[in-house]
Amino acid sequence: MLQTEGLVKRFGRTTALAGLDLYAGPGSVLAVLGPNGAGKTTAIRVLATLLRPDSGTATVAGLDVVRQAREVRRLIALCGQHTTVDEELSGIGNLVMIGRLLDMRAADAVRRAGELLGHFDLDGAAKRPVATYSGGMRRRLDLAASLVGHPRVVFLDEPSVGLDPGRREDLWRMIRGLAAEGVTILLSTQYLEEADALADQVAVIDDGRVIAHGSPAELKRLVGGQTISVRPARTDDIETVASIMAAVAGRRPERVNRHEVVVPVEGDSAVILMMQRFRVEAIPVTEFSLRLPSLDEAFRALTGGRRGADDNRTEVTA
Amino acid sequence: MTVVSATVDGFMGRPRRLGLLRHSLVLARRSLAKTSRNPGAVVNGVMTPALFLILFLYLFGNSVAGSTRDYLQYLFPGILVMGAGLAGMLSTGVAITVDMKKGVYDRFRSLPIGRAAPLLGSLLADVVRYVIGLAILFGIGYLFGFRVQTGLPSALSAVALAIAFGFCLSWSTVLLAAVVREESAVLAFSFIAFLPLQLGTSLAAPTDTLPGWLHAWTNVNPVTHVMDACRALLTGTPMGGSLALSLTWSAILLAVFCPLAVLTYSRRQ
Repeated sequence: MLQTEGLVKRFGRTTALAGLDLYAGPGSVLAVLGPNGAGKTTAIRVLATLLRPDSGTATVAGLDVVRQAREVRRLIALCGQHTTVDEELSGIGNLVMIGRLLDMRAADAVRRAGELLGHFDLDGAAKRPVATYSGGMRRRLDLAASLVGHPRVVFLDEPSVGLDPGRREDLWRMIRGLAAEGVTILLSTQYLEEADALADQVAVIDDGRVIAHGSPAELKRLVGGQTISVRPARTDDIETVASIMAAVAGRRPERVNRHEVVVPVEGDSAVILMMQRFRVEAIPVTEFSLRLPSLDEAFRALTGGRRGADDNRTEVTA
Repeated sequence: MTVVSATVDGFMGRPRRLGLLRHSLVLARRSLAKTSRNPGAVVNGVMTPALFLILFLYLFGNSVAGSTRDYLQYLFPGILVMGAGLAGMLSTGVAITVDMKKGVYDRFRSLPIGRAAPLLGSLLADVVRYVIGLAILFGIGYLFGFRVQTGLPSALSAVALAIAFGFCLSWSTVLLAAVVREESAVLAFSFIAFLPLQLGTSLAAPTDTLPGWLHAWTNVNPVTHVMDACRALLTGTPMGGSLALSLTWSAILLAVFCPLAVLTYSRRQ
């Protein structure tokens, strides 16, 4: 459904994309994962027809984003990092305007706006100026605005930035809903967790090229997967806890100290099994957590420790 | 319910004719809706000329024309032109930079609409704002005692000329906005350009007594000619070549800045 081959884009001396290859099949969710400055936004801007690549090709539904930009624009929707709804207009005003720009007749635009406002739980606030909306409501309206024209491909540039965890879950649910309807989604993110929660395929990019590609599960295997960390209430229990965890996971603990045991696991079933064993053995536990490797860890694994993701280069958004 | 696929076929309207015009009108409405909630630029575009009108009237009225009543007849047409020019320089360029920064234009540009539609929409809304601004200025002028000496058609032509010139001039700030992408820079430019452009003219007094260099500038400055032409149309002073020069200058401004602005804007990355 969308594909880039050898995409190169330079801004002056900065190379934002250095031969980027991406592919997402129809109805799939592709996460482009990478640190600030990796080229995520640039890639999205090229695919959304906002930026001409210096070389390489990008196609959406077989249409070239440079030569057939106009046709591509009828199929895509862009949801950028910033919310782009108008503060001064009402929620419904914003959506109707987009509908009118998409050549809908007035009545159709109003109906479509109502449909989307209902879906995104905004009907109560439909007539209020967006200036009175909370951050989460704006995000939802922004997403609704991008869906007005029934896009076949949706680009989401770091969709959950600035959302609190509850709101983020809501957004994820909506994104999954879209995917379930057959919309192809390309989302950029800095969070492995987000890619894991949403994507069929993940492309890890760094310095404008793909350094790893695969399903979230494959990627996790590649970077060491998830770990369970347990803190028993009594330090005397630490040995027992370590042996139980090792037995359930079938792996040696990664770390054992006086307070905490960390064991790598595959799949979520280990969580329940371990919990049951602790209860049966009557071992009180103060902390029990399942954690994914951070993007830092993933990067260290994928780039062979060349560098972490935390050196905070600024993203090229120009 | 399904958000997207339910009505995929035939819901997004088919491309219709006159797309650019319709899209521009939709975006002009957006711009006007924003103005009605946040009328700062329009207020500024009326207040500034109104203040100049009142100050100049009582500062220079008696010494330039012998009485404030006679001076108002001279001063007011220029104030009208100032109002139209200022409104153009202030609103569109600034609005565009704000929209670009917020990413609103990215959304517009990813829609299947003409690339010029957002610009054109904003400028069309400007025309409405000019009309409102000039109507208020006319009201103030009448309150102070200004009277049209010619007739309704001439008066309307004067207003149309002022607006047309303001429109053509405003493309320069549109170009600037597309280049610098910073609304404070656009505002600063508009303010600095405002002084020589609007005041270095025949606004306050006839230009023949001015020192050579300033006289040369006022002769080159297109705003002088537009003010002279409006004065002729409103009060019946000799027109000379001012109308032809005004129209020529408007055409030049439009021909130079409009394509450059549209090109810069659509190439903007």
